[in-house]
Amino acid sequence: MRTAWLVAQKDLRIEMRSRVLLWQVVPFGAMALLLCGLALGPTRAGHSSVAPGLFYVVMLLVALLMINRSRAIEERPGTKASVATLGLDPAGVFIGKALALVIELLMTGAVLLAGTVVALHVSAHAALVASPSVAVVLGALAVAGTLYGALTGGGTGTATLLPVLSLPAFAPLLIAGERAFSAAVTGQSTWQWWLISLVALVVYTALGILLYGVVEES
Amino acid sequence: MKKLAPRLLGSFTLLSLALVVWLGLFVTPKDQVQGDLVRLLYIHPAIAWVALYVSFGTAVIASGLYLWPRSRSMTMDRVAHCAMEISVIFIALTLITGSIWGRPTWGVWWAWDARLTTTAIMGVFEVGYLALRRANDDPVQRARRSGVYAIVAAANLPLVHFSVNWWRTLHQGATVLVQNGNLLVHGLMLFDTLYSFVAFTALFFWLLRARYRLELARESGASAALENRLAERRAEGGQK
Repeated sequence: MRTAWLVAQKDLRIEMRSRVLLWQVVPFGAMALLLCGLALGPTRAGHSSVAPGLFYVVMLLVALLMINRSRAIEERPGTKASVATLGLDPAGVFIGKALALVIELLMTGAVLLAGTVVALHVSAHAALVASPSVAVVLGALAVAGTLYGALTGGGTGTATLLPVLSLPAFAPLLIAGERAFSAAVTGQSTWQWWLISLVALVVYTALGILLYGVVEES
Repeated sequence: MKKLAPRLLGSFTLLSLALVVWLGLFVTPKDQVQGDLVRLLYIHPAIAWVALYVSFGTAVIASGLYLWPRSRSMTMDRVAHCAMEISVIFIALTLITGSIWGRPTWGVWWAWDARLTTTAIMGVFEVGYLALRRANDDPVQRARRSGVYAIVAAANLPLVHFSVNWWRTLHQGATVLVQNGNLLVHGLMLFDTLYSFVAFTALFFWLLRARYRLELARESGASAALENRLAERRAEGGQK
């Protein structure tokens, strides 16, 4: 866990210094949410039932950007050699990178969730009820994304390969997240969708801990 | 014996497929509800069986064996690659035959049904596997990464399998066997349905063998071409 904390701190420090999240990713997410609203038109966009789907589609786009960025940090000259020289535990590196990505996704998610309240007429209460399930889904996205980011790193066409590899894995998470959020909006029970997201989070964490080292070793 | 076994497999596959088609098109009766449309169901479940379980399963097991240090060999990587390619083709066939059946039955070519959607997602997973292989030039890196990806993709398989139980779907659930073991399809219809699984499984193994041999030939061809290119360069260097 010490390795994980070190790696997470490193990634978050780079993010704080570069301010890419604040000045590029969050504005992109907000713009994408507005564009989705414009594409639907004022009548349909103003209906809160479409908000959960739009929120998660935008979050997926944002997540792809952030996974690419998280991966790009490791691709900088000398970084891989430094990690290899330090003899860091790959499982710790994986957890650390996923942790940093979770924190970044949660911060962006909070802003976009507020955006759904303002622009897509979701009640603040529904957004609050949905927020724990959003946190679990974003956690699963970050963990899966870290693994897929590692798989695509170093090859040709990394930026275009990542969506092809990761979106099929993200699709069940999108469905589960959207259903849980919709249930929160309509005041229904959300536990089944929570369960799917939680299982995905546990499975991807276990796979990442087991396989991240194999991917990095290559 | 080495040459006899593939010939026997090929002949058995061909005869089995011919039998399935003959029984399905000319011998079995029309269905009371579906009419002639039922004939498509003699091949659709067997194609899906090969796509999702036999070939994808082979790819995942071969990937696991490659990643396991004691059984690591490029043969396993090749088998995984070839099986995954076959699975992509069979998934496409599953969706096509399903669509042809769905249009007159459900009134649409495509429905946002859990089984259909998860199967299509599985197809994208497999295309991603092939894209990942093309993105890595180093054979060891390619083998490791695609092996890990295949195992991660396998986590999606229960979602496809149980989708008809977990969600309310248009796609039917278990048909041949119900939970208490009673058979729901009878006579020649049952035989043709079950035998198509044997025929298409045999077809998979025949295709796998052919594709594997092609892959070996491609690899040796590629290395021979590289050797020739290097020899040409050396000769150019010698002339200067």
